[in-house]
Amino acid sequence: MIVRILGEGQFDVDDSHLDALNELDSAVESAVDSKDEAAFRPALQGLLDAVRDWGSALPDDTLVDSDLILPPADAQVDEVVALLGDEGLIPDAL
Amino acid sequence: MIFRAKASKALDKAEDPRETLDYSYQKQLEMLQKVRRGVADVATSRKRVELQATQLEQQSDKLQKQAQQALSAGREDLAREALTRRSGLQQQISDLQVQHAQLQGEEEKLTLASQRLQAKVESFRTRKETIKATYTAAEAQTKINEAFSGISEEMGDVGMAIQRAEDKTATMQARAGAIDELIASGALEDASGQPNDDISRELEQLSAGQDVESELAAMKAQLGSGSTPQAIEGGDGDEPAVEGEKKAQQEGQS
Repeated sequence: MIVRILGEGQFDVDDSHLDALNELDSAVESAVDSKDEAAFRPALQGLLDAVRDWGSALPDDTLVDSDLILPPADAQVDEVVALLGDEGLIPDAL
Repeated sequence: MIFRAKASKALDKAEDPRETLDYSYQKQLEMLQKVRRGVADVATSRKRVELQATQLEQQSDKLQKQAQQALSAGREDLAREALTRRSGLQQQISDLQVQHAQLQGEEEKLTLASQRLQAKVESFRTRKETIKATYTAAEAQTKINEAFSGISEEMGDVGMAIQRAEDKTATMQARAGAIDELIASGALEDASGQPNDDISRELEQLSAGQDVESELAAMKAQLGSGSTPQAIEGGDGDEPAVEGEKKAQQEGQS
């Protein structure tokens, strides 16, 4: 699957990581739900780090739509609320 | 998910689908211009903060020197005041350093965004030319829809990045403007915000007095040249301290 981190670029992450990403995502989701900025920061950091670690950055000239779009690393809780759907940042199934 | 190519909508408006490709390409070039301007704007703010930090550091060094001179003239009260003011400046300087790091981060992000977008716009141009060269009405819709994949998303991302950078820069520019005004009014020399108050004047006079004393001492040493170099060291040390004190006392009386 193709994942975009806003402000950073696109990564190709193997679909096998979806469950693990969902786990990290639920931490972000609950921090956002409770507007807990202190818990939100490390949770988002963890999710983005996982995408960077497990995925490979797409070359700049690649033109492809992303399956997932994640907020930028310095996003505030309020900004993420605007991006979130009911399923968190990562949908339960692609 | 968030930004999806609105290709079909755009296509409805255009009579010839190929015009949509050209139109989108124009928009992409405009966005590229915009992100480059964004990089330049952030760089300007960063340089402004650098300049301010330099000015405050010079001011801070001056106060440090004045504190030393005051102390060697036996004016501990003045020295204390100078150091207090200096510590206020140090706070401002470290604030500026934080701002500088943030601006540098935004500048790097936008520079990378500009590089990514440029590469993608170039890819899009190649696709566009290929489609136009092999265009048949039957395949137009599909091909053109494909051509838009990825680029609209990138445009949305870059647009957001520019907006974020602009927001951050705007806040810092407001603060930078306030500091510029303080520097211009000379108020930063005084923690209480009153320019050229008595303390400042006294410190200035003390410095001027010291400078004259040390220049005199250096000249005396030169006149008596051939003599021992210790004369210079002696001149910079105890003697002017006594002179300075006398001067300060005289001024106090007058």
